This record gives sequence, C-alpha cells and structure tokens, in this order.
Amino acid sequence: MATPVIVVDKLVKEFRSDFWKPKVRVLDCVDLVVEQGDVFGFVGPNGSGKTTTLKILMSLNHPTSGEVHIFGKPYDDVSIKADIGFLPENPYFYEYLKTEEFLSFYAGLFKLHGKEKQRRIDYLLELVGMESFRGLQLRKYSRGMLQRIGIAQALINNPKLVILDEPQSGLDPIGRREIRDILLRLKGEGKTVFFSSHIMHDVELVCEKIGIIIQGRIREVGRIEELLDPKILSYEIVFRHDLQEPRLDNLTLRRIGNDFVVEVKDEPQLHKAVRSIFEQGGRVSSILPHRETLEELFVQQVAESKQEANP
Amino acid sequence: MTLLVIAHNTFREGIRAKVLYNLVFFAVLLILFSYFLGQLSIGANVKVMMDVGLFSISFMGVLIAIFVGIGLVYKELEKRTIFTIVSKPIHRSQFIVGKYLGLCLTLFVQLLVMWLFFMLLLYVYSGKFHWQLTPAGLFIYLELMVITAFAILFSSFSTPFLSALFTLSFYLVGHTTTELFEVGKKTENVIVINLLDTLHRFLNLDHFNLMTEVVHGLPVTASRMANGIAYGLSAVILILILSCLIFQKRDFK
Repeated sequence: MATPVIVVDKLVKEFRSDFWKPKVRVLDCVDLVVEQGDVFGFVGPNGSGKTTTLKILMSLNHPTSGEVHIFGKPYDDVSIKADIGFLPENPYFYEYLKTEEFLSFYAGLFKLHGKEKQRRIDYLLELVGMESFRGLQLRKYSRGMLQRIGIAQALINNPKLVILDEPQSGLDPIGRREIRDILLRLKGEGKTVFFSSHIMHDVELVCEKIGIIIQGRIREVGRIEELLDPKILSYEIVFRHDLQEPRLDNLTLRRIGNDFVVEVKDEPQLHKAVRSIFEQGGRVSSILPHRETLEELFVQQVAESKQEANP
Repeated sequence: MTLLVIAHNTFREGIRAKVLYNLVFFAVLLILFSYFLGQLSIGANVKVMMDVGLFSISFMGVLIAIFVGIGLVYKELEKRTIFTIVSKPIHRSQFIVGKYLGLCLTLFVQLLVMWLFFMLLLYVYSGKFHWQLTPAGLFIYLELMVITAFAILFSSFSTPFLSALFTLSFYLVGHTTTELFEVGKKTENVIVINLLDTLHRFLNLDHFNLMTEVVHGLPVTASRMANGIAYGLSAVILILILSCLIFQKRDFK
C-alpha cells in the first residue's frame, strides 16, 4: 500500500497571545490521514483550527506536540516542499510585480528556468484565465484575480499535493465557480488536494473525503457518503394551482412566483399531499427527496460541540 | 540559486519603493546644502563641503538602511507574503540571507547615486576629482551593511517601531562607545570600566569612520582598512546567524 500523503498524529498546538497570558490550546490531539489522489475538504467554523493545521503542514508554525508527516517525511523537511503547492487564506502578494514577473519569481524558487519555466507560466495563465493580464501589476488586481494568480503560483511546480486555505473565501459566485472548476481539474489530473473551507456546498461537490474540526478537535473524518445519513429525511413538492390559497391539511405552503412549495416528512404524507393537490385541480411540477447534506451534518456537529462544552 | 532569487526580488522591491526615492531626494538636498555651507565658510571651503557631504551621505544612508530594511521585512510578515515563500523548498535562513543581500544591493545603488552626485558637485566646485574620499565611501557602505543586518535582526522578532528604535539605538551607542569608555575610566569602578570596555570592543561603529582622515589628508593605513573590513564582516555574519536562529523558531501569525 502506498504511503499516505499526509499523516497527522496527535497534533497539539498551543499559543500564548501575550507573554503574561496563559497558553490557549488551538489544536487538541488532531489525527488525520490523507491518501494519494484524495480530494480532502477540511471544514470547520471560524477559529476552529483549520488554518493553524494548514500552517503546520506548511511548516509556517511548529507543533507543541504530536507528529506530522508529508510523503513519509517530517513536515519541516524542506525537500518535501518541491512537491507541494500552497495557497494561504486571503493571500497578499508582491504588489509591485507584474503577473509574469510574479510567476517567474516563484518558478525561480523551484529552480525552473528557460523554456520549461515559460511553458509552465503560459499553461498556468491559461488555466486560471489570466493570459491577457501578463503585464499588469498585482496592485491593480481585484480580489478574484489575486485568488486566481495565487492558485497559479501554488501550481507553478506541478505539485503532487496541493494545499489551499479557504480558496473560495471572499469571492463572488462566479469566482467561486472558477475555483471549483480548477479544483475539479486538479482532481481529474490525479493530484492530492487538501483544502479548508466553510462553503459546504462546494466541499460536497468537489471532495470525496472530509474532516470536520471544531474547537481544535476532529469531530468527524471519512468519506462523505459514509458520514451522511443515506435516509430520505423529507420531500419537497413543487406544484401549480389556480386557487390563490390551496389547502393541504396542517402543511405550510410557500409561494414562489406561480408555484407553491410544500415540505412533507415521509412517504405516506407525500402520497396524501399529492392526492390532495390533484383532487383540488393542481399540477405537480416536481418532487425532490431531501437527504442529509454536509451543511446539516456540520451544523449538527457544531451544535453538539456547543452542548458538550456547556452541558 | 534560491538565495539570489530572493535577493533579486528584494532588490526589485526596494528599487520600486517610493520611500527610497524620497530619502535619496532629501540626501541630494543635504549634499547641496554642503555646497552652500562651503561657500559661506572662510578658507576651508572644500573641507567643509567634504565634511558635511560625507556626513549627509552617511546619515541618509543609515535612515534608508533602517526604514527600507525594516519596512521590507515587516511587510513580508504583516502582509503574509512570507507564507508563499517559506512554503517553497527554501530554508528560512536562505530567506533571511537573500533578503539581506537584496537590501545591501539596494543600498549600494542608492549610495552610488548619492556618491556620484557628491563627487560631481565637488568637481564643479574645486575643479578636480577627490579620489582620496573613496575609502570613506566604502566604509560608509560597510557600516550600512552592519546597520541593515541589525534592522533584519530586530525585524525578525519585533514590531517595525521597536525595530527602528533598537537599530537607531545601536547606531547611536555604536558611535559613542569610545567616549563612554573614556568617561567610564574616570569612575574607577572596575565593573563599569570592564562593562564599557567590552561594549567598546564589540560595538564600535567608529571603526567605519574615516571621514576625519580623508577630509584632512591624513594617511589611511592598510591595517586600519583591514581591521574595519574584518570587524564589519564578522559583525554582519554574527548578526545574520542570530537572525536566522530566531527566525527558524518563530511561528508566523
């Protein structure tokens, strides 16, 4: 069996915000394993320890205790970084550099030169859709452009492992979609991707595996389909009706444009509601089964964690 | 070589920094001031010009070394550009040394600009080139290299304000340890004398002051030059090693 790409074992990190203040435990016995080819979503609320974990993986911070190995080597072994690409949260870059100078600088850190470097830069500018901004200084970039060029610098070395900290944060829906497409492309290329996020919808679309971290502790880790309840939790019926206020016993109707929407708990209730709609002369447009979503699992985990903290 | 990539980028950043041009502009004004001061003095016009000019270059050079040096390192940490550097296959010490080399190159270029302007002004005034000033110029640069190393050291763990304060303090103390030692001798207190003697031996920026010699035409011996160079380079190496050790341990917030 291949060596896991990332192994985090009983990782603890404590910080002292001020010299005279006591230490605060930010990570508490975190265990994680990321296998080769995984697209792993690391989710958690703000301040849960996601960024600290990523910083330790990138040796920007040092653990208080515990072990972290990447490609089977200690996290602070400089040689492993030749195969890692990293994008920090809300990245800032050298504003005085132009797009091409910027990527050329990072290529230099990987000892890429000449035609090989130029090929890589051209490919990445195309990948992130920024070929026409080669000569533009980074100070003139929008937030979305910074994020895209940030991803380009993370991929300059054609890494085997890509670590991204909140790659979609602060982006508009189009920007988020572009980043999601890039993640899917990386997944298609067989790269191992480890990224943190609190946009559950995107995590669900892109990842096979997730880890949920809350208050520095891993609450759940595993394949998404194993973590989510496969049962149908409810059904959503969308229908049209000529009446202004059709009546479905004890069910609350919502009106969206010309449609009515009603949610029912189980199959018997579904049959009853559909029959009632037909009997009153309505037309059913769609019936959507509703399974547990990652967002619901996440919210439930946060609520449980709060309950445990304040029983 | 990764070190040179960092150095080149730092140089590019330094050269494109507006604060550098402002400081060089003020330095040029100060040098011009030396010209007018020379006009006003009686008899020793050229010497006054040389004295004030060299002082201006040295003083503005120190300001540039402190502000540009601290600013560039602080910006890396504050804006977190360092995250994308340290996460690449480079050692933190390579970052520190690369940054230092880039800053030294930036300082060299700005010093050269001020120096050429100063020499040209002297030529216009006296009708000849004063090559004898060159050793003083080289030693001003050597001193700036030491000051920059201090700026890097303090920026590796402190805020820009404190770093500037510490570096400036080292600069001022470093130029007064000889006098402090002389005053200390008068106290006849063995502890004070030993303390000031040690300070005088290890932190003595007067090693780099050749202004009196070159302005007044006194000989600058080879051993004086060698001592200054050896002291300067050892100080730079020691301070950079210390900076690397501190930087190696720190967590980036």
